Amino acid sequence: MSLFGSLKRSSVRALALAAFLSAALLFTSPANAQTISAVMHSALRVLDPVITTAHIVRNHGYMIYDTLVATDANEKIQPQMAEKWVVSADGKTYTFTLRSGLKWHDGLPVKAEDCVASIKRFAEQDKMGQIMMTLVADMKAVDDKTFQIAFKEPTEVVLTALAKPSGLAGFMMPKRIAETPATQPIKEHIGSGPFKFVAAEFKPGIKAVYEKNKDYVPRSEPASGNAGGKVVYVDRVEWVTMPDHMTTVNALLAGEIDYMEWVPFDLLRMVEGKKDIKVSVIEKQGFQTMYRFNHLHPPFNNKLIRQAAMYAVGQEDVLKALVGNPKYYKTCPAVFGCGTPYESSAGADMVVPSNLEKARELLKQAKYDGTPVVLLQPTDVITIAAQPVVIASALRKAGFTVDMQAMDWMTVVTRRASMEPPAKGGWNLFSTNWLIVEIMDPLRSPIAAANGTKAWFGWPDVPKIEELRHKFVRTSKPAEQKKLAEDIHKLVIDEGVLMPLGQFYIPSAYRTNLTGVLESPVPFFWNIRKTGK
Amino acid sequence: MPTYIARRLLATIPVMGMVAVIVFAILRLTPGDPAAIIAGDAATAEQLERIRHHMGLDKPIYIQFILWLGQLLRGDLGLSLISGVPVVGMIADRIGPSLALGMSTIVFTVIIAVPLGVIAAWRQGTLLDRAVMAFSVFGFSVPIFVTGYLLIFFFSIGLGWFPVQGYKPLAAGFWPFYHRLILPTLALSTIYIALIARITRTSILEVMGEDYIRTARAKGVKESAVLIQHALRNAAVPIATIIGIGMAMLISGVVVTESVFNLPGLGRLVVEAVLARDYPVIQGLILLFSFIYILINLAVDILYTVFDPRIRY
Repeated sequence: MSLFGSLKRSSVRALALAAFLSAALLFTSPANAQTISAVMHSALRVLDPVITTAHIVRNHGYMIYDTLVATDANEKIQPQMAEKWVVSADGKTYTFTLRSGLKWHDGLPVKAEDCVASIKRFAEQDKMGQIMMTLVADMKAVDDKTFQIAFKEPTEVVLTALAKPSGLAGFMMPKRIAETPATQPIKEHIGSGPFKFVAAEFKPGIKAVYEKNKDYVPRSEPASGNAGGKVVYVDRVEWVTMPDHMTTVNALLAGEIDYMEWVPFDLLRMVEGKKDIKVSVIEKQGFQTMYRFNHLHPPFNNKLIRQAAMYAVGQEDVLKALVGNPKYYKTCPAVFGCGTPYESSAGADMVVPSNLEKARELLKQAKYDGTPVVLLQPTDVITIAAQPVVIASALRKAGFTVDMQAMDWMTVVTRRASMEPPAKGGWNLFSTNWLIVEIMDPLRSPIAAANGTKAWFGWPDVPKIEELRHKFVRTSKPAEQKKLAEDIHKLVIDEGVLMPLGQFYIPSAYRTNLTGVLESPVPFFWNIRKTGK
Repeated sequence: MPTYIARRLLATIPVMGMVAVIVFAILRLTPGDPAAIIAGDAATAEQLERIRHHMGLDKPIYIQFILWLGQLLRGDLGLSLISGVPVVGMIADRIGPSLALGMSTIVFTVIIAVPLGVIAAWRQGTLLDRAVMAFSVFGFSVPIFVTGYLLIFFFSIGLGWFPVQGYKPLAAGFWPFYHRLILPTLALSTIYIALIARITRTSILEVMGEDYIRTARAKGVKESAVLIQHALRNAAVPIATIIGIGMAMLISGVVVTESVFNLPGLGRLVVEAVLARDYPVIQGLILLFSFIYILINLAVDILYTVFDPRIRY
């Protein structure tokens, strides 16, 4: 009896029973649609791009929603749904005019009142949006195609807030949906973007399906960054969730999927050099890896001890452990990222090399009493599991007592929100990563804020930084903005608000029958042509 | 017997009640925050608090328990905290692949493992017996994910005979459905074939020394009939027990297999729900698994009476 023969016979009974019990089995795809099958960096479960800053939900947002304005590949703000905007002579009033022919996926026209409602909901949740709203005097629809935002004082924050792709992107929704309270998830997923969401085929954590929006009128300019013409060449895009990276790579090699958003560094060898596979870094600015001190409790409520830790840890050591291949990382002292308009190298001697002598000297000066550093190590997220190990080793060499506690990421996110002392369930130090596009200026970076208990976890309290950030909102002069960002960078490093650990780039891999894949901060599926089904 | 079955089924109610209380308590004592999964990494403590309030996670634990119990008594497992989808619907969506894989594995295992064990016992001490036992040790020692990757490497990437991953419902056609189940079934079966073949061999060897076997042989009964009608039937009780245990163990086995072969089943749902602290989904799944365990135990107990008429309840 052959193995497969016996298997086939033995399974007939199982199949009959399975057929009986599995009435609610899954879905099939239209047979003749040209489909891109993609495995994204994580599973899509939440669908409201305003309630969460999760990247996968933002990426979903870009599929089905459109933005009023957008940043191009050179970080210049361009009109998108807006045909144009006009700024009043005093710089206080912005008048936006919508493009003609814009339609929601339910066929209704996009109106100015929809945009006003969408901006209000977005601004309630988004950090930069909240700053913007403190300056808004009035926001109203003038007619179906025009709306106005009047500010109490001149500012350009509205354009930056609505054009940026992270933390929250300024997606436009129909008014009836945008009126959902910002803390409650929306129930309908109707946008005006280049793809329509196929709700009937959505299986949270398994599969999300998008079909081409045939009514979408792309802009005439070529696609660039988040801006330009969003021309869709395929019928469908399916985001398939695969929990195992090795399986995903195998599926790509076998041609079962077309696109893998993130290839883990240790599996790159399997896809590099294969003739049917292209490996490329799509997100050119990459990620910043960093760590954060808890400013509320000893030992890191002492500036000298924070600085001692910063001198102790060397970026190269961390990046070698995290990435390994120098092609995909570089050291970078810049709080707002390297390769960005506000890049700065001030304080590089403190954050880039490891200087154990200096660290020991500072510890002595600070009279460090051996208070243990409770360091949280998430073991289930590969992009943040290595950093704590290297940090712990460096701190121990410098003379710190380190209590590294291994846990899953969910426990880290709970622990880091605790303001209790480390001995009572709190913490002293943890590490995480940010897309550069999320932290590239003093306003959008949640980790540069230093307004005490209102700041991001770690709660640094440096009033001077907040003062400079407020000045940054109110100026539109590039030279002045650059100077303010430089001053903030220096303060952030000096006060140990955050510790940059360098920059890294995660490559994507896709079958060579896909062409036109855009380099952008978000994996976009417009502009892509596919040969074959 | 019907009274016995009814009594056993009634006994499941307090057991399930206990399971519900314990699961609820353990989950709430475990660190984790579903609001943090929804809000994302950049959310502030203030935003998290607002989401927790909306989800009702800021209510005292006993209030949350009473609300959940009320839902449960109405037959409602609640909504997923993360996706907002009804838990019952999520389980219905995911049960198909797990059932198909589980049943395919059990049927294949029984068809292969029991004859292997019988043959090994029949040919005790020969090369064949040693080969079966060597396979058993190998099958029991190699982790499922290693077997899975090896199968994918040889049969999917190398020979291109099977897809690497994925699942098609039966509605998509018999071959697309079955084609994708073959490698996962092989990977998952290995450990159960090893276990059941060993137990079968041991049970048969014990029986083969009994007087009635010698009598049957003395009467000139064919060796195959001795093995199947006399030896196997009398060795069936421990074999049925181990098959029952194997079926219960399958629930944990499918978690790894479903991940390696990307089958969207209940095993994966458990892992996803635990990592996201999606309490209603975890609670619903554990209740379902507990119920399945109870049913399997009941079925095995009833099977004893079929194999051994001396057993009466």
